[in-house]
Amino acid sequence: MSNTPTSHIRNFSIIAHIDHGKSTLADRLIQLTGGLTAREMTEQVLDNMDIEKERGITIKAQTVRLTYKALDGETYILNLMDTPGHVDFAYEVSRSLAACEGSLLVVDASQGVEAQTLANVYQAIDAHHEIVPVLNKIDLPAADVPRVKQQIEDVIGLDASDAVEISAKTGLNIPAVLEALVTRLPAPSGDPDAPLKALLIDSWYDQYLGVIALVRVKDGRLKRGQRIRMMATGASHPVEQVGVFTPKMVAMDDLGPGEMGYITAAIKTVADCKVGDTITDDRNPATDMLPGFKPSVPVVWCGLFPIDADDFEKLRDSLGKLRLNDASFHYEAETSAALGFGYRCGFLGLLHLEIIQERLTREFDLDLIATAPSVVYRIHRTNGATEELHNPADMPDGSVIDHIDEPWIKASIMVPDDHLGAVLTLCNERRGQQVDLTYVGTRAMAVYRLPLNEVVFDFYDRLKSISRGYASFDYAMDGYEEGDLVRISILVNMEPVDALSFIAHRSVAETRGRSICGKLKDLIPKQLFKIAIQAAIGGRVIARETISALSKDVTAKCYGGDISRKRKLLDKQKEGKKRMRQFGKVEIPQTAFLAALKMDA
Amino acid sequence: MQSLALYIHWPFCLAKCPYCDFNSHVRARIPHARMIAALRRELAFEAARLGPRRLTSIFFGGGTPSLMEPGDVAILIADARALFSAEPDIEITLEANPTSIEAGRFRGYRDAGVNRVSIGVQSLRQAALTFLGREHDAGQAIAAIELGRRIFPRISFDLIYARPAQSLADWRDELRQALSLAADHLSLYQLTIEPGTQFATRHARGEFALPDDELGAALYDATGEEAARFGLLPYEISNYAAAGAESRHNLAYWRYHDYAGIGAGAHGRISLVDGLFATRRHRAPEVWADLVEREGSGSVEETGVSPADQAREALLMGLRLRDGIDLAAFAARTGLGIDQAIDQESLAACVEAGYLTRDGVSLSATAEGRKRLDSVLAVLVR
Ligand SMILES: Nc1nc2c(ncn2[C@@H]2O[C@H](COP(=O)(O)OP(=O)(O)OP(=O)(O)O)[C@@H](O)[C@H]2O)c(=O)[nH]1
Ligand SMILES: C[S@@+](CC[C@H](N)C(=O)[O-])C[C@H]1O[C@@H](n2cnc3c(N)ncnc32)[C@H](O)[C@@H]1O
Ligand code: SF4
Ligand SMILES: [Mg+2]
Repeated sequence: MSNTPTSHIRNFSIIAHIDHGKSTLADRLIQLTGGLTAREMTEQVLDNMDIEKERGITIKAQTVRLTYKALDGETYILNLMDTPGHVDFAYEVSRSLAACEGSLLVVDASQGVEAQTLANVYQAIDAHHEIVPVLNKIDLPAADVPRVKQQIEDVIGLDASDAVEISAKTGLNIPAVLEALVTRLPAPSGDPDAPLKALLIDSWYDQYLGVIALVRVKDGRLKRGQRIRMMATGASHPVEQVGVFTPKMVAMDDLGPGEMGYITAAIKTVADCKVGDTITDDRNPATDMLPGFKPSVPVVWCGLFPIDADDFEKLRDSLGKLRLNDASFHYEAETSAALGFGYRCGFLGLLHLEIIQERLTREFDLDLIATAPSVVYRIHRTNGATEELHNPADMPDGSVIDHIDEPWIKASIMVPDDHLGAVLTLCNERRGQQVDLTYVGTRAMAVYRLPLNEVVFDFYDRLKSISRGYASFDYAMDGYEEGDLVRISILVNMEPVDALSFIAHRSVAETRGRSICGKLKDLIPKQLFKIAIQAAIGGRVIARETISALSKDVTAKCYGGDISRKRKLLDKQKEGKKRMRQFGKVEIPQTAFLAALKMDA
Repeated sequence: MQSLALYIHWPFCLAKCPYCDFNSHVRARIPHARMIAALRRELAFEAARLGPRRLTSIFFGGGTPSLMEPGDVAILIADARALFSAEPDIEITLEANPTSIEAGRFRGYRDAGVNRVSIGVQSLRQAALTFLGREHDAGQAIAAIELGRRIFPRISFDLIYARPAQSLADWRDELRQALSLAADHLSLYQLTIEPGTQFATRHARGEFALPDDELGAALYDATGEEAARFGLLPYEISNYAAAGAESRHNLAYWRYHDYAGIGAGAHGRISLVDGLFATRRHRAPEVWADLVEREGSGSVEETGVSPADQAREALLMGLRLRDGIDLAAFAARTGLGIDQAIDQESLAACVEAGYLTRDGVSLSATAEGRKRLDSVLAVLVR
């Protein structure tokens, strides 16, 4: 048996604000402990999805088992979990934290504490983690170690005197990080002889191996060949493979308490595999389950429809597989008069939405159309009933609505002094209410309450541009409040296009209605018939545009030899129509939809 | 006896025009004797399987058929007359290029039996002729028209308009001059960028731009107005004639009658015992001749056209005509009623928009409908 006693295991997450260098630090730790040779090493080697590499951000948490010979002469197993920094992927962080006993809190010494530093460290504290602060990027001339240490103490309340000062990029002082892990983090506890209890942390679909599950063993042993049971779903399977990531996949005989690794078990139905579930032995089951994870609550919804209606089944399968790999994303069937059969999908934020859409396109080769993002409203009917509204198209008639509540968030925005004015103006424009404004050195931290609806609409981009990229943003849901909200319908030749309708505060409804009509006018090519585009609230038209009929479209010369060619051309035109959406006599090209739905005012 | 229109393709030109995608080839020496022999053989081959026919027209098209020897034209006409029953007023047209015209040749064609010429003038403006890569100048073109009018009972010529940067006023001016030279028929085409031509490459590179759909429409309307003042009416989208002076051969295409096509790259629609066939000859003149010499025909495609496809083809040709489609003739030809071939909702929408009219006798496109015919067909044809 290769099993390591728990005293020689350390499990830790690397947490930080976006771009503070978590993945780069992971690279150095892997390299120094010999997990990969110099030739196998790439920058941010754990960011293995193309999207991650291209955008330079981590989306999925990754787990690596390191073997480290410490200064005390003993060999330790270090299970590292690299987590994403962006707020939209916080669910990845929270699940990783549940699988570990400690965290490395990485802070960029040139930037200092940012919004997501705070959010993540509070999560780690809640998870009862031992936290080792690490000051990164001290190679940068702008690094200010004493100031950032002070910040950590003042803002977070952590003792920073023992913070490890490193440069993940140059490799400076990385051995001190390894030593700190061994000496400062607690070992996991667990009973090797108790019935098996392992936490299902993550799962994904592999073309060759089927469903792969990432697990953390709490008690007992998880062996190849063993029959396991998923306690929540009740599904039972024989374990085919047990192993660890070094980060390469390495098969093992078994995993004991405190260990992390993967299993494959011929799990056919994606639904059998639910992250947060407890895995136990089928014949000798544990009596109680591990606490599991709080389910994630999507805050933004949009419709996803296949451009080619024949791809609906493929979309359904793909969503299932993707959901396996991302438990924070939700979907339910939806039908749209304009776009056909598709799914209403819920996300943790706009970046999350964008990433999922892109993954569906890339990993599953799907061409999709997405409707405008919408938040979840609460409709209070005059008859006293209350319902949640995920889709503006489903909004009931105004006469039966007593009032509508919309979700608010509490946003923390950290921004250098000189951009504060612009940020406050933006928040006020978006119906924000200031809660707090404090300073840490030359950085201001503004706490605002904002309607989520206003944040979904182009807020991040504006924030980034007005602060030249210096503002950082974090938010938490902060209840519902009544709002003066209206639904704006878009009509093409008097027919409402359900997929284009949206909900907005009355004060901005007209501006946005006009903007989308104007956009559609530019995007829809002239056609055989005149096209009227209107935006309306209830029966009242608030904006209109007209696209005049095409003036001329005819082949100039057509003789005997051209008949076959003309007929083929006609067939091709008919084929091309499949990529259009028909509204009465009007065809809207997909591209027009996509662009109009971007809504970047 | 079923009617037949005969098309004879002559696939050679002195130079390739940059806008042209017709099957034309430039050769240092044209192998006249071999080509004529092959054309004669192919004509006989076609006649054998067609059986007795009322021959209503012959059209020598190209390429540049005015590069053919008048004696050779005479031989082919004589062959055709021998193989089919020529109507007494048979129309025999030859396409002529102003570059290759002199009085002697024109008389030779007339003596061979040609009774109509169609001259590729393209423009009366020097700058435009240069842009279009034509080898003749305006003077030669005018001379050819005048000569043709003296020698042939019927004559037409072609112009290409809606050229880059052409203004409405410029075109009216040029067209008026052309109308004063014309007899009773003109073909007036808006410049089309055909894939695979030199113009296609240059246009894609942005070297020049064509008028947009609005200016295109205005130019088209102006064309109709000017032509009407001279008594020429648009009986087809790009063809203008005095009553009775329409090209009978081209009407056969648009009315979707039988036509046989011989020569390199020629297409045909012919009724044989087992239905209507689409025929196509090999495009390369020498390969085509090889095939004819070996097998009697240079045909590379003989496909049966299904009734549904016949209906489509009849629609997309017939609606080009001002008089539209005769419903009885349509049903007789295709075996389908017009309502089986068109989308009723689109028909209603097009009628409402003033693009189509339909009564018990015919379906036709209005002037507004003909201007947008490609879009109309795209929604109408099933
Ligand atoms: N100068 C310097 N740059 C560093 C250092 N560590 C990381 N970087 C750079 O900082 C950028 C972000 O690094 P990552 O490791 O991807 O950051 P991350 O925290 O994993 O980012 P997310 O996963 O998106 O939250 C990259 O361009 C790194 O090269 C360092 O010590 N010094
Ligand atoms: C078979 S072609 C050429 C006849 C003859 N070879 C000549 O060029 O004089 C018949 C006519 O089609 C027209 N045509 C050819 N290509 C065209 C294009 N790309 N756009 C518009 N008209 C075109 C020209 O007016 C031409 O005279
Ligand atoms: S336009 Fe006429 S002359 Fe010019 S290449 Fe085409 S067929 Fe030949
Ligand atoms: Mg990262």
